[in-house]
Amino acid sequence: MEILALLADGMLLALQPLNLTMIVIGVSVGLLIGAMPGLGSVNGVAILLPVTFLVPPGSAIIFLAAIYYGAMYGGAISSVTLGIPGASTAVATTFDGRPLARQGRASLALVTAALASFVGGTIANMLFTLFAPALASVALSFGPPEVFALMLLAFATFVGLGGDDIPKTIFSICFGLVLGSVGFDQISGAPRLILFEMNGFLQGIGFLVLAIGVYGIGEMLWTIEQSRGEVSKTTPKMTLKGMASDAKEATKKGWKGTFVGSFLGFFVGVLPAAGATPGSLMSYGVAKMISRKPETFGQGNPDGVAAPEAANNSASTGSMLPMLTLGIPGSPTTAILLGGMVIWGLVPGPRLFVDETEFVWGLIGSFYVSNAAAVLINLAFIPLFIWMLRMPFTVLAPMIFVLSIVGGYAATRDMFDIWLMVIFGLGAFFLRKFDYPLAPAVLAIVLGPIAEPTLRQSLLLSSGDPSIFFTRPIAGPITVIALILIFMPAFKMLRRKRQPA
Amino acid sequence: MRNGEIVTAGVLALFSLYLMWKSTELPVGYIAGQGPGGGAWPFWLSAIMLLCCGMIAFNWWRGTSPPSQSSEPVLDAYGWKMLIMVGGGIVGFVALVNIISMYGAIAVFLLYYVKYLGRHGWGLSLSLALITPLVFFFFFEGAMRITMPTGMPFTDPVFNVLYEIIY
Repeated sequence: MEILALLADGMLLALQPLNLTMIVIGVSVGLLIGAMPGLGSVNGVAILLPVTFLVPPGSAIIFLAAIYYGAMYGGAISSVTLGIPGASTAVATTFDGRPLARQGRASLALVTAALASFVGGTIANMLFTLFAPALASVALSFGPPEVFALMLLAFATFVGLGGDDIPKTIFSICFGLVLGSVGFDQISGAPRLILFEMNGFLQGIGFLVLAIGVYGIGEMLWTIEQSRGEVSKTTPKMTLKGMASDAKEATKKGWKGTFVGSFLGFFVGVLPAAGATPGSLMSYGVAKMISRKPETFGQGNPDGVAAPEAANNSASTGSMLPMLTLGIPGSPTTAILLGGMVIWGLVPGPRLFVDETEFVWGLIGSFYVSNAAAVLINLAFIPLFIWMLRMPFTVLAPMIFVLSIVGGYAATRDMFDIWLMVIFGLGAFFLRKFDYPLAPAVLAIVLGPIAEPTLRQSLLLSSGDPSIFFTRPIAGPITVIALILIFMPAFKMLRRKRQPA
Repeated sequence: MRNGEIVTAGVLALFSLYLMWKSTELPVGYIAGQGPGGGAWPFWLSAIMLLCCGMIAFNWWRGTSPPSQSSEPVLDAYGWKMLIMVGGGIVGFVALVNIISMYGAIAVFLLYYVKYLGRHGWGLSLSLALITPLVFFFFFEGAMRITMPTGMPFTDPVFNVLYEIIY
């Protein structure tokens, strides 16, 4: 009952005029960003984070969470109409969304995506409300070894669950952690890693500089190079009557995928580093596996649209659970949200539920409001978004570059950081060409300043004995799971080698 | 791509070595009563980075990573042209900020991109190049009270007029 009362308070807070305005603007902007090829929630949140510094932290995070929500809805729009996913989270939506559009049923695909996203978001919100306070109360007993073990787990999931090249993933994590240690040693206060003796590094490298560089500049260069301006478009005709009939058909043919995506997406989203992309792909696979007509997947089955769309929305809420309760982000977007919270003077983690009750429940309440706002805005403005998608990429791209540079300067007020951002952007473009995953670096630059002091404090507590991470009742199992995940690729390789023998 | 991957790994290995060397400016070992030294964290992380570069080179030698199996160039003619035109445009944009102000640089960059790279008409190009910096000016300086670089003194007369409007 106490949870319901807190949730009601939170929803009332989310419905306050400023917060409601933030939700409506955030969802609309998110929908548009999610629908744009090459841009996803992570880009939107990174680019617009500096804009939020004028409103109170509670409203700012509600705005960013609304962008996150909107972008998850929006990703399906370009997947269906353009045939290219608006973001990696909507890749699986193209598998059946695009064939439906080719059959002249783009409206059905878009309505199915919107409804599945709504159901996915609602189920995830309920699970979130149920689990968050319990997890936070357990996490209150955490000391430095437990916090460090969690950080290790966050990095380990990138290694163990990520399908990318393992040495490159580990390199990316370590690179982000080293970048996070530039500036001053937090404990002794001595200058550290002042690269090439440039004084600009004395203030450290902000995560925003790396995030905007990677996602605002690097990824746009990548999209321009990859797309080469060859984008085939399908413009669906949408009427109110048609949408109502599509909604009926979507409910009938897409309910199974929606429920698979809603539950699976949430639990995959909760895993640190897994996030919405693997969640949506896994849900598509499971929906296909349990379908009576698996052969129709890939040819325009509404279940194939519903499963990934419900999952990416559900996972986006799920990934906020470890961010708020444990202080470890479940996805690159939540890593940026976490960075924003640190900038606003809030410390994500179990204490947040005790010290900032209003903030936490206001945010949780906003999830429900954002979800409802997103489905309404999505359905109402789909024709407008489709019209805006016709904006030439040669107009869209420079606007995004300008927004990245101006937004970056507004946040840091230092031209040194802007140059660094450009260098990171160009570097990210080349690293991506050689399959270096960059999300781990962004996650690491956020977590580094939390991981390093907890490691040092733990080792000081144990007089340098690393067994402290194995002998404590909570830290021990977490560290063991983290190590299993880190060595999982090696186990897999060994097993593969043994099989032919 | 094959050559590019090993060159990239080599450059990153050198950078890792530089970071290791730079970390040793602070103690990298365990100090009794104080815990690990200030340089320990970045030193050992850079050492792992170096090790990863070695593994990337080993995978390259075995030909197991996709780029090591690819005979395509890292960037074809279009890719290089794009990188020089777009990447160079962004570098030029940032370089112009301290000369003709942030807003002036936005106008020049948008005009360059939309007219020259996008090959749009003068009407659209000029409208975007003039309206966007003005919108940004009133948003950042007027609404958010965030001052952007105003460039060299010759831009002062323009800013005096604009500041008179918002203050």
